[in-house]
Amino acid sequence: MLLVQVIVGGLLLGAIYALFSSGLTLIWGMMNFINFAHGEFVMLGMYVTLLVVVWLGGGPATFGFAAAFTLFVLGVVVYLSLIRYVLRGPMLAQILSTFGLALLLRYTAFWVFSANFVSLPQTSLSGTINIGGVLMPVPQLVAGLIAIVLTVGLHLMLTRTAVGSQLLAVAEDRSAAMLMGIRPDRMQALAWGLSAGAAGIAGALMAIAYPWSPSVGETFGLTAFVVVALGGFGSVPGALFAGLIIGLIQALSAFWFGPIYKDIVVYALFVALLWLRPQGLMGKA
Amino acid sequence: MKRFCLLIGAAAAAALFTMVPTHAADSVKIGILWPLTGNAAAAGQASKAAAEVAADIVNNAHPELGDLPLAESAGLPNMGGAKLELVFVDHQGNPSLAQQLATRLITQDNVNVLMGAYQSSCSFTATAVAERYGIPFMVGESAAGNITGRGFKWVFRGTPIASDYARTYMRFFADMKRQGRKIDTIAVVNENTDYGTSVADAIVDEAKKADIPVAARIPYIANSSDVSAQVLQLKEKKPDVVIFISYTADSILYMKTMKNLDYEPPMVIGDDTGFSDPSFIPAVADVAQGAMNRSAWAIGKPGSTTYKINEMYKAKTGRDLDDTSARNMQSFFALADAINRSGSTDPERIREALTKTDLKPDQLIMGYQGVKFDNTGQNILAATYLIQLQDKKYELIWPDNAATAKLQWPMAGWKK
Repeated sequence: MLLVQVIVGGLLLGAIYALFSSGLTLIWGMMNFINFAHGEFVMLGMYVTLLVVVWLGGGPATFGFAAAFTLFVLGVVVYLSLIRYVLRGPMLAQILSTFGLALLLRYTAFWVFSANFVSLPQTSLSGTINIGGVLMPVPQLVAGLIAIVLTVGLHLMLTRTAVGSQLLAVAEDRSAAMLMGIRPDRMQALAWGLSAGAAGIAGALMAIAYPWSPSVGETFGLTAFVVVALGGFGSVPGALFAGLIIGLIQALSAFWFGPIYKDIVVYALFVALLWLRPQGLMGKA
Repeated sequence: MKRFCLLIGAAAAAALFTMVPTHAADSVKIGILWPLTGNAAAAGQASKAAAEVAADIVNNAHPELGDLPLAESAGLPNMGGAKLELVFVDHQGNPSLAQQLATRLITQDNVNVLMGAYQSSCSFTATAVAERYGIPFMVGESAAGNITGRGFKWVFRGTPIASDYARTYMRFFADMKRQGRKIDTIAVVNENTDYGTSVADAIVDEAKKADIPVAARIPYIANSSDVSAQVLQLKEKKPDVVIFISYTADSILYMKTMKNLDYEPPMVIGDDTGFSDPSFIPAVADVAQGAMNRSAWAIGKPGSTTYKINEMYKAKTGRDLDDTSARNMQSFFALADAINRSGSTDPERIREALTKTDLKPDQLIMGYQGVKFDNTGQNILAATYLIQLQDKKYELIWPDNAATAKLQWPMAGWKK
């Protein structure tokens, strides 16, 4: 019974990882671009949630939408004001630009919100469900369901809609896409908006489950990169799958060997897997 | 002209008259090293204000402060009312700067004694300078074990350290058992840097001496994204008390995860830090009712000495005195007491007086059992109060003679 609880807990944690990573993998897949500021986007989503709940007394639907929308706008603005320009520069400049952006956002948040930890007041999503003796915290459960919906949604949008085809076309070959009458700038701005919007939703859900401070992006950021790499660069379903696996392995190894060993086990397996399959679980070679 | 002479004469007489006492009573210079800027500036500034209040209490007559040594008289009575003169320097939390400043205080400012230095790393370097020059150094509140115990003759420490806290927990458990409460096993959950490891080691050690089995010792890495594994392990081992040595984010996450996994031990004790963070209570007050914490400082009832001192501090800073600054203040009083007993500004005589310090609980502002230094310079009677989260604030609940509220046992957690 305890083992079932550990497994369920691990999968729920994995769902949070997947949710956190979905936006990151989108940018990676669309633009071959690493967004180091992704964790900070999630952090901002958490603060937007807090402000909506505390100031406007909004419920989960309101703050979820508010965080997604605010971050969508931020994503578009970041693309149009920064990314568009650094894309013309060398690879290193691209990488470091989002790193700089991450620090800018983090320390601005320190200035505005202070370094103190905050947490959300109880909402209708708090609480625990008991199914046959296995306890499932509602925030994590909802996060898990939304992660799946978001993943399937993004996947379907990319593979089944005209907009998705256009996004992928730009990712595939920018010049050829332009010749087909697609405006790459508009598509890539949309990709950044969607990615940041996903980060906003992740932030809104994580805010229910975790206390946080402006440096929360660090806690989850590293895991997110591992999730994306393990899942396969740019594969949205891969990120979901990888998130669940990492959560599960962490939970089981923490339970069997002790909490200080869980990351050793996870990263050892990660390195071993990349050695055998460098493109990740679901990436194309 | 005659009148002018008279005036001169009167002025000279007045000058002579006022000069006499100041001449007889030399002042004693105390060099104090604290981080007044930088990361820990807030703590350093709060402690500086506390030292200034303490100096005011010693230097001026405060008969209302009861048994507190040196409060009643103005200045140091054994030295003809000599005043304490404080020289503050700012080491910014930098151990090598602390070392330089300690040297400067001794060689250029000619201080008689030293005090400091908040960060253990800074106390560590500054005390070495004091030892070399043969100047007594009072460590106000730094907790690292290795500051004393280096065979130094000139270093004294008034504050409790990890082993004192551990002993306090054991005395509390013994007390609870006498009252018929069941404490068969305990568990220790600690973050695995120096802080968590040293406190947890001390607790496990003292538990062994007190014959209380440690059902589980769970080290973990701070800032976890998930603590379910730790909570499930506790749930399986069923200890009667769980002691957490954790920083803020983890402390909050533990309390929330315990509720999510429906695990509630009879009692949870947080070793300061995360449980004392200002964000802890707002975040978990609704799920962690009855969680215990430690603090050696308590404001006390209106009219008590501690209450009056807190009022003085509040008038100066606008804030209540906190545990850290209060521990510094207590160390300062102990130092002043030794200087007075030595009746001298000679470092060697002050050092000797320090070794003979023997303050009783009713002469202190803190919840210690006294101040008495062993041959390493550590106060062996240092201890702490235990406090408990009741409603939206911590109440002092142990020991009984100082308690302001009744202990809630078992803790209510999230159940109203």
